[in-house]
Amino acid sequence: MVPLFELERAYEAAKSDAAFQAQFQYLLKNFAGRPTPLQFASRLTAKLGGPRIYLKREDLLHTGAHKINNAIGQGLLALKMGKPRIIAETGAGQHGVASATVAAHLGLECVVYMGTDDMARQALNVSRMRMLGAQVVGVESGSRTLKDAINEAMRDWVTNVRSTHYLLGSVLGAHPYPTMVRDFQAVIGGEAREQILAAEKRLPTHLFACVGGGSNSIGLFHEFLRDAEVKMIGIEAGGRGGQLGEHAARLAAHQGFTGARPGVLHGTYTYVLQNEDGQIATTHSISAGLDYPAIGPEHAWLADQHRAEYSAVSDQAALDAARLLSRTEGIIPALESAHAIAGLVERLSKMSKSDLVILNLSGRGDKDMDTYSRLL
Amino acid sequence: MSGVPSNSTRISKRFAELRASGELGIVAYITAGDPSLDATLKFVLALAEAGADVIELGVPFSDPLADGPTIQRASERALKSGTTLAGVLELVRRIRQTSQVPLVLFSYYNPILQMGLEKFASAAASAGADGVLATDLTPEESDDYRRILAAHHLDTIFLGAPTSTDERLAKIAACSSGFLYLISRTGVTGAKDTLPDDLPTLLRRARSVTQLPIAVGFGISLPGHVSVLGGLADAAVVGSALVSEIEKAKSVESGAEALSERVRSLKEAARHGLSRREVAP
Repeated sequence: MVPLFELERAYEAAKSDAAFQAQFQYLLKNFAGRPTPLQFASRLTAKLGGPRIYLKREDLLHTGAHKINNAIGQGLLALKMGKPRIIAETGAGQHGVASATVAAHLGLECVVYMGTDDMARQALNVSRMRMLGAQVVGVESGSRTLKDAINEAMRDWVTNVRSTHYLLGSVLGAHPYPTMVRDFQAVIGGEAREQILAAEKRLPTHLFACVGGGSNSIGLFHEFLRDAEVKMIGIEAGGRGGQLGEHAARLAAHQGFTGARPGVLHGTYTYVLQNEDGQIATTHSISAGLDYPAIGPEHAWLADQHRAEYSAVSDQAALDAARLLSRTEGIIPALESAHAIAGLVERLSKMSKSDLVILNLSGRGDKDMDTYSRLL
Repeated sequence: MSGVPSNSTRISKRFAELRASGELGIVAYITAGDPSLDATLKFVLALAEAGADVIELGVPFSDPLADGPTIQRASERALKSGTTLAGVLELVRRIRQTSQVPLVLFSYYNPILQMGLEKFASAAASAGADGVLATDLTPEESDDYRRILAAHHLDTIFLGAPTSTDERLAKIAACSSGFLYLISRTGVTGAKDTLPDDLPTLLRRARSVTQLPIAVGFGISLPGHVSVLGGLADAAVVGSALVSEIEKAKSVESGAEALSERVRSLKEAARHGLSRREVAP
């Protein structure tokens, strides 16, 4: 617990530290490439024939996904705390690449834990991390995916805690991580809110984002929470079926996805996919970044409060949506982000032409070309 | 917090006896259900017979964050053999038919939470368990847990670490009953060759904040470690070294024999090493 207290103190101090904030903003702008555009998706809008759709183009950031926002923030915190070594877990590899990138940029040592199943399906990102000088450690235990990578990163952290900062990539884990990661990602919604008001002179009616741990979605949602008229929709991975083990949908019991109950995993009390005995379930998703049995605790709260809605789409729907976006907008999305597009497509019947959508295009699809090319 | 009445379980009684004799206790950990609950019954009885003072029964969990590779593999084997928390409680009941050795359940929190605190505490107590250590439950989140377990006369044991400040150690001790479990080094469970140099300092810091008996674990496997700990700690916890014997054993019987030998040699070192009475002021 003491390292978590230390991190919390450092983070609270950084919030009001002008030099820290200036450096954070400088790197977001000049290293990562913020602000990202809010692009009107004219051909997708025409093709679907429903609401006006804007894409928040986090895929255009350096390293190809929103993960860099949080990696810069926590990388700077590691420097501030005097920790020369960072470790990270990664599923799709986007957070691992972002961490390796920031570590190289700031002169920190970096070790990334990744399930061996994920290393196979996201091989490009493994090469990128190694090119950046990071050590990628394959994790063979459990389901060999994100959950197991987090287990191994936590074991490293408790062993090397005095020299090491754990750069956790999503709104998961013990306090202060869910709050801190949300704050570092809230720039997404902050920009999007200003951009949509400038472009359309009104707030959106709907926000869409995919939810694995939930960092890109909470990043988009956060600045709109006070706007009660804005509906927020998180899209989970429905995988290949509703039975436990076939999906990674924690908040979609209404669609027949079974096995989620409140529980504790990785220091967080939230909805967790598990069996009757409290053993954590294996999950399945075609998207490595969404393939995780628990959801960020703030999403669990937003769902319980009915402030945000959550639903799941299948592997196949995500693949179809990836092809749709590629061919209407000329943007190949990450498989994770493709889930958000599929969620929008499946909700069209409940929406009208007067609706206005912001969809967070959280990452680009380069890393998923092996999966996509097998389907072409 | 410390207003909870002391339950004077088998655990407290055993530590009082150890203190009186000036002998270092041996706490033996094995994972329940590795490779089967029937085997674990035989192992526990062998450990008790060989002189283990307290036995920790690990409840297998799918995501054993605090454990190194040896106990991770044991957990996988136990889950594969169908072990559940309810099954482990039934094992406790069977152990109690023949042995009064103090028993601590060593579990991650989620299986306990899913059974329900009240149902768990009631079942654990009536089966004959003496204490519970929930590895990933922090003192901050433990109010209901401690209240309910104390009502069933179960000790609640928490972990202190080398990174814990004195203030933190005091808080952890105030939430603990039976004994305080000190982690010898930063890291996960697993046998190591040497003990960390700063361990005596950590033990002294812990002594200064609590009267509870102190057991030291993580990385302890050899009689030499036990000799060094005599006079500093009240007990040494040995886990991965025992689990390795089970992993290597060709049969349940040979596994039980190997466990007995291990514990006998550790007890021998505990009796002949420096004793607490000789060192304590």
